[in-house]
Amino acid sequence: MNIKQQFKEGLVTNNPVLVQLLGMCSTMAITTSLFNGVGMGLSVIIILTCCNVVVSLCRKFIPSEIRLAIFVVLIAGFVTIVDLLLKAFVPALSDALGVFIPLIVVNCIVIGRAEAFAAKNSVGASFVDGIAQGLGYTLVLMAMCIIREFLGSGTFGGGLLNGATSFLTLDGSGTGFQIFNGEAYGCLFMILPLGGFLTLGCLIALMQYVLRRSAEKKELKEKEGAE
Amino acid sequence: MEMLQSLLSISLGAILINNFIFSQFLGCCPFLGVSQKVDSAIGMGLAVTFVMGLASALSYVVNLVLIHFGLDQYLQTLAFILIIASLVQLVEMFLKKSIPSLYSALGIYLPLITTNCAVLGVVLLNVQNNHNFIQSVCYGITGGLGFMLAIVLFASVRERLQFAEYPKSFEGFPIALVSAGLLALAFMGFTGMKIW
Repeated sequence: MNIKQQFKEGLVTNNPVLVQLLGMCSTMAITTSLFNGVGMGLSVIIILTCCNVVVSLCRKFIPSEIRLAIFVVLIAGFVTIVDLLLKAFVPALSDALGVFIPLIVVNCIVIGRAEAFAAKNSVGASFVDGIAQGLGYTLVLMAMCIIREFLGSGTFGGGLLNGATSFLTLDGSGTGFQIFNGEAYGCLFMILPLGGFLTLGCLIALMQYVLRRSAEKKELKEKEGAE
Repeated sequence: MEMLQSLLSISLGAILINNFIFSQFLGCCPFLGVSQKVDSAIGMGLAVTFVMGLASALSYVVNLVLIHFGLDQYLQTLAFILIIASLVQLVEMFLKKSIPSLYSALGIYLPLITTNCAVLGVVLLNVQNNHNFIQSVCYGITGGLGFMLAIVLFASVRERLQFAEYPKSFEGFPIALVSAGLLALAFMGFTGMKIW
């Protein structure tokens, strides 16, 4: 399997959230500002890639009866590492995401990729798969954040951009760019849980529409070619 | 008396105000996956409530041991997920031996509870909120009841969805998510409710 195809699958045709429907809890819960989305996405990319590589390295030694238990322990180890690193170096992110960083342990994307891909493929391919699937997850998170933040409070890049001291900040102090007056005209419910359900539902519907259209087009082309 | 008050406010919070699914987004996977029928939703809710209560109690004890040895920073997540996994396994074996009818009714949903983020979530939240033993167990059980309320309500909505008309692209998950959003809107009405 080549790298280009893997990235295409991870980002579009086999996107972990929009097509495989995995890891939806965190997708809906933390996407209220761009800062959270990017931070969560990067953490998952790191954990997913590390897990994929280690699982792929050990795939010949792991007995298949207890493989799930071993995967969970491995994932829990990497999650703890990332959790402690975030607490030490980016405490603002750790505070904002709260319980959802340790909850990556039960995020279906990580264990799903370990079981479905890394346990059967070479180390190199698993490494690329981790990055591609993680990027797909991050992209969806960022899209959700941008939509919800814009409609809910009228800003772009909250927490991440336009900080007190510099353009890009990691201490969560950035106020983002005000695009319209969110207090007067924003729909507050987009920031609340309701907005999470609605935005994700519409994004998945959009994805289904696009995939169906492209499949129909392909069929039409094949028909024309046959004639 | 103070204890009773705190227990009451924990219960009210876990079931209605901070419902695990509609306001904290914990346990969405089984919520969307096992809500096709009301019967299986009730079974799933009961099993989750049971495991959440037991896991809260056990993890409280294990966390005390970890703190005693100064390991709670490094091993908490790992220890908790192992507790939950073995607990689910135990419950499965126990039910199989003693109440086979319930065991066959729950079927595949039992092992799936291990990866339910509501269970790990309630355990981690207990630690974060410094709940004592009784409060932890109470939070676990009422959190499970809140989960059950949400999933049963949602399953009955979904049974009606079969007769509804919606755009083709919304088929399957998207329409379920949108209706879950509307339920979440209803639950938003409880925000700010207080007894004391």
